[in-house]
Amino acid sequence: MEHLAWMAWTWQTGAFFALVAGLLALLTTLAVNRPEIARPGILGITTTRGDRLFITLLGSAFIHLAWLGLVGPELEIASGLALLYAAAVFRWV
Amino acid sequence: MDKPVNQGAWLLVLPVLLIVAFSAIVPLMTVVNYSVQDTFGNNQFFWNGIGWYQELLDPSTDLGGRFFDALWRNLLFSFLILAIEVPLGIAVALSMPRQGWRVAATLVVLALPLLIPWNVVGTIWQIFAREDIGLLGWVVNHLGIPYNYTADPLSAWVTIVTMDVWHWTSLVALLCYAGLRSIPDAFYQAARIDGASRWAIFRNIQLPKMRRVLLIAVLLRFMDSFMIYTEPFVVTGGGPGNSTTFVSIDLVKLALGQFDLGKAAALSIVYNLIILAVCWVFYTVMTRMDSGRS
Repeated sequence: MEHLAWMAWTWQTGAFFALVAGLLALLTTLAVNRPEIARPGILGITTTRGDRLFITLLGSAFIHLAWLGLVGPELEIASGLALLYAAAVFRWV
Repeated sequence: MDKPVNQGAWLLVLPVLLIVAFSAIVPLMTVVNYSVQDTFGNNQFFWNGIGWYQELLDPSTDLGGRFFDALWRNLLFSFLILAIEVPLGIAVALSMPRQGWRVAATLVVLALPLLIPWNVVGTIWQIFAREDIGLLGWVVNHLGIPYNYTADPLSAWVTIVTMDVWHWTSLVALLCYAGLRSIPDAFYQAARIDGASRWAIFRNIQLPKMRRVLLIAVLLRFMDSFMIYTEPFVVTGGGPGNSTTFVSIDLVKLALGQFDLGKAAALSIVYNLIILAVCWVFYTVMTRMDSGRS
């Protein structure tokens, strides 16, 4: 890790990016082994799994920021809400 | 017989992937890493968790106050330039010639401001609007209207909004003109037979045909104005006081002026997320419009 010191890694940010990379790898594997057809959802646009993951990640970031700004630093509840939001996005969007 | 799929073509994407990785993804990851830490230089970092984000999103703190003030200024600026540039661009496009040598001449003249680099535009207006040696500033003051963009916030705002309108209305006009050119003559002939008024033609033929390009124009102008840095920085430097300090200017002050990398990184991430969300909303609306049309 010495040669990556300039990137100022911490295990927390490393875990976060590993999670995102893992999700992308999972979606790629799914796309190869179980190809899908984009489907229309409540937003009136057709979405693929990748689109829904993007909407989930972006929305989750805003859920956490809104919680931090409006409620407080206890982000566990915000993470729970983000998981619910993710389930809703993958089901209905 | 199934044709074998050659996946070797993916290798051709590798150079782009590498360039994007080093120009965008790695720097973005680094910014995320910085945003949860504090540093006093010498490449030494200390864990701060969500501290900077908490401070940033609380308007009662110094960082939060600065951020929200700059954000409102940014939104007001974007709203003002869109409210001026879009109708003005449509009006210019509608009054442009449709044939003959004047088409090329008009297009060249309109394209000129778009070809000038941002910092040069800033310098032009910085001199043009000066009250002592600038033509605009001198004339306005001699007309009896007090105008000094270095001391009066209203003058500074008028200057940067006018500068942006001068620089970018052409883009809206050119996009609208492209939309207008795609309308077949038969539409106008039918409207003439029906005895449609000028307004009815605009409302029912021209505007619907321009809808898509207008949306692109609004998206481009919003994003550009929301991320604006160079022009106001060159003209006003964010002043007088902080009256024209937009988020990007504040970000540079934080990161390079104060060397507060953690705070600047947290601000960058939130700024980036706002831009990403707005882009996505526009993309969704455009996709919906497309699917509605087909």
